[in-house]
Amino acid sequence: MAVEKLFKDEATEEKGERARMASFVGAMAIADLVKTTLGPKGMDKILQSTGRGHSVTVTNDGATILKSLHIDNPAAKVLVDISKVQDDEVGDGTTSVVVLAGELLREAEKLVATKIHPMTIISGYRMAAECARNALLEKVVDNKEDAEKFNSDLMKIAMTTLSSKILSQDKEHFAKLAVDAVMRLKGSTNLEAIQIIKKPGGSLKDSFLDEGFILDKKIGVGQPKRIENAKILVANTAMDTDKVKIYGARVRVDSMSKVAEIEGAEKEKMREKVQKIIAHGINCFVNRQLIYNFPEELFADAGVLAIEHADFDGIERLALVTGGEIASTFDNPESVKLGHCKLIEEIMIGEDKLIHFSGVEMGQACTIVLRGASFHVLDEAERSLHDALCVLSQTVNDSRVLLGGGWPEMVMAKAVDELARKTPGKKSHAIDAFSKALLAIPTTIADNAGLDSAELIAKLRAEHHKEGSTAGIDVISGFVGDMAELGISESFKVKQAVLLSATEAAEMILRVDEIVTCAPRKREDRM
Amino acid sequence: MALAFDEFGRPFIIIKEQEQKSRLRGLDAQKANISAGKSVARILRTSLGPKGMDKMLQSPDGEVTITNDGATILEQMDVDNQIAKLMVELSRSQDYEIGDGTTGVVVMAGALLEQAERLLERGIHPIRIAEGYEMASRIAVEHLEHIAQKFNFDATNVEPLVQTCMTTLSSKIVNRCKRSLAEIAVKAVMAVADLERKDVNLDLIKVEGKVGGKLEDTELIYGIVVDKDMSHPQMPKQIEDAKIAILTCAFEPPKPKTKHKVDIDSVEKFQTLRKQEQKYFDDMVQKCKDVGATLVICQWGFDDEANHLLMHRNLPAVRWVGGVELELIAIATGGRIVPRFQELTPEKLGKAGLVREKSFGTTKDRMLYIEHCANSRAVTIFIRGGNKMMIEETKRSIHDSLCVARNLIRNNSIVYGGGSVEISCSIAVEAAADKYPGVEQYAIRAFADALDSIPMALAENSGLQPIETLSAVKSQQLKENNPYCGIDCNDVGTNDMREQNVFEALIGKQQQIFLATQVVKMILKIDDVISPNVY
Repeated sequence: MAVEKLFKDEATEEKGERARMASFVGAMAIADLVKTTLGPKGMDKILQSTGRGHSVTVTNDGATILKSLHIDNPAAKVLVDISKVQDDEVGDGTTSVVVLAGELLREAEKLVATKIHPMTIISGYRMAAECARNALLEKVVDNKEDAEKFNSDLMKIAMTTLSSKILSQDKEHFAKLAVDAVMRLKGSTNLEAIQIIKKPGGSLKDSFLDEGFILDKKIGVGQPKRIENAKILVANTAMDTDKVKIYGARVRVDSMSKVAEIEGAEKEKMREKVQKIIAHGINCFVNRQLIYNFPEELFADAGVLAIEHADFDGIERLALVTGGEIASTFDNPESVKLGHCKLIEEIMIGEDKLIHFSGVEMGQACTIVLRGASFHVLDEAERSLHDALCVLSQTVNDSRVLLGGGWPEMVMAKAVDELARKTPGKKSHAIDAFSKALLAIPTTIADNAGLDSAELIAKLRAEHHKEGSTAGIDVISGFVGDMAELGISESFKVKQAVLLSATEAAEMILRVDEIVTCAPRKREDRM
Repeated sequence: MALAFDEFGRPFIIIKEQEQKSRLRGLDAQKANISAGKSVARILRTSLGPKGMDKMLQSPDGEVTITNDGATILEQMDVDNQIAKLMVELSRSQDYEIGDGTTGVVVMAGALLEQAERLLERGIHPIRIAEGYEMASRIAVEHLEHIAQKFNFDATNVEPLVQTCMTTLSSKIVNRCKRSLAEIAVKAVMAVADLERKDVNLDLIKVEGKVGGKLEDTELIYGIVVDKDMSHPQMPKQIEDAKIAILTCAFEPPKPKTKHKVDIDSVEKFQTLRKQEQKYFDDMVQKCKDVGATLVICQWGFDDEANHLLMHRNLPAVRWVGGVELELIAIATGGRIVPRFQELTPEKLGKAGLVREKSFGTTKDRMLYIEHCANSRAVTIFIRGGNKMMIEETKRSIHDSLCVARNLIRNNSIVYGGGSVEISCSIAVEAAADKYPGVEQYAIRAFADALDSIPMALAENSGLQPIETLSAVKSQQLKENNPYCGIDCNDVGTNDMREQNVFEALIGKQQQIFLATQVVKMILKIDDVISPNVY
């Protein structure tokens, strides 16, 4: 007697081969989706949101593409997840990790079809991943000691990362921007200190790095537009009406004159507050919250520059840059640390007025102003730059560097191949499959560039047969080239993260033999 | 549908709206129930053992979970059938009691039901079957005690514990680094264990995960890790020899619980109120400072003004710390949780050698480490891993191995795994069956058969020939009189589980048999299922 109903309505269950099929197909579909964006000649995708306005994003950043997809296949979700994690952890390689995981599953599917147990495949993959990682470890170059070389390494990495993005035309310009910005951080990975401001207009080439700090705000009316040797008080306090915070307090009056009195008292209170603030000896006051007209007027009278409604990030960054502290009470002017900068002035970028703080105390932070033809270009440029900055900041910490252009994959594939030959038993098939999956990445790069991938990969393989080869795909000329000469480098940390998380994800999906999908939660009819 | 008739032959209604309810009774009901139970067991069967497969579960909100932990699978499966729900409960109670073997217990119950079905077809009364099972389970449990071994460990020699935890972990996705995880779990348990009383409070072990890095980076921290950061971005990121004030009151003006109103009707009142307010903030911070605190951890939020005052007085603070974490911090640092500023005294402060903020990856995730605490009895296991599902699964696996280690500290008897105990019990029950006169004998034999199904599933999942392997091992056990032979799941080349170092806690196994038998008895006793019709 069969059980009619074990699960709730609408819940589905898939078992054994079917479940495996569903997850393989889902994962591979995702991998194929982003595959065409890989490499310097990869193409972009247009994403249109379903939300209001149907806003459009043009990107070739794997993580961004996958984030905006609505996916129902659980295995595909695993891949989206690893891409997201890759983005958070190292910032780049978000496409590669998905493509590699997809290829691993594609190879695994073939093996499963020949009746090899998934567990055997997993243990083979694990051995192969370990071996590939060791192969990379052997080949890494670490130039931390030599500052000049290290700098050129960073330049190379930035150029390699940027070459697959929209910025590739001006990659040298942007690589320099990114390297300069990251070097200013002096080893910290806090990318918050690098502010990116996007202003449409001009061309991408007009983008520049500003050593100071730019706040996207206007200076209040009637206040000085230019201050030299500014003393800045950064505050987070109410400058509208200072409410009484004691719970339950309310004003209750019985005549009009009382109202006027209270109002007067309120005004007096605000005036006092402003006086106290001015008593700090400042000539610039930046507040996170609104500043009403009345206090603004007072500030103007005192010749103090008041900037209202800076967002929280802006405040934090400003405090960091100028070395001041964020204040909320103003009773002890002597002990509040004020921020300093040499010059505050209003500048124009395109049509907009911005406030520019230059000559700041702490050299850590800086601002990159991006210019470009449209918002889409700017958005994509920001993402690309973010990728480059992430990779660079990670590389500053872990300075091991590899060559790029499919070179690391070839090195790994070679080592894994050797391991496959040495391993007895069924596992060797899985190891072999792993090396094939690794080769898929240079193949895709070549394919995307419209090159004859089979020919190129075969040549590369032959090149790599020699010890210490530095050959990789030179997409520009379309031949096998010397990666060391071409100056194409990648960060070891990124490659390692790609390798490990792709293997982990493939392993996870392989282990599944049943998928249970619960009934979707009923939503109230809000349509 | 059965109807009752009164003396005039008119039907009368017993069950409210009985037309709208479907009803199954008698043998049909039992069979339907058994088949529901079996199908739940069948789902879990492939997850058993070191080569067991995982299940992918998609929740109603579209979140994906990948796991092979029986309890988790069943909990997330959202079953609708009543009997299936019983099985879910069964797995959950094993999880609460023991923490491990949640898959095994369901597979065992499924096998018992399968055997019961056969007996029912032969016309044996369900109650007799239930009684037979009860007797058999007692025999099995006794036999377990007989073949169990004590093993010795102490604070210095934890190797046996590590080995047991490795057995638990080997069936999970984390088996890549089972050795290091097992060591972490054992160290964590030993850190909080009370060896005198043989008790472990697992609440003292906090398991925290953060996406990123590799599984190998998972570490044990002798202290507390809180997923929070300092309330003010410019507070110091590292504090040595911290004296911690643990507060459950907000840095905000007081809010009396009784309803009240403060009426302002004159300028003077307005001004005094303002002064009061400022003084209040000042007092709060001053009180913390006066008792010598160098770090404030607060359950509630801070007003902007208070926040700045704290910063100003160089008193770092953390806000919105959850209740459980607050308690853990209090235990670890030896401090007291203080509900009011007035009650703050220097003795109530907690002490920690080092408090630091650590950031991860490229996003601005920060966590607060509180280390070198006065009382090192609270530890944190901090898991890293490639993606969120991996972390969740690792958390579950760590929880299992923590439970196992705790069970062993409570009771250091072990039995050998790999299906060896089930086979051995099966032999013992089979032998004992002949001594019982009556119908129960059949049920007892059926129980023995059901016991065989666990090693059978193990062998099946490992890609071995199930029947062949089982019979080979069984005969080996009888021939050599060696109850430690099991299924060689990992292809090591030996059947002797002592050599493979595969063992499990005795109470875990006993509990499995007891719980499975109880649930099966319950299911067998049901002979009428009334459920509202599906409309």
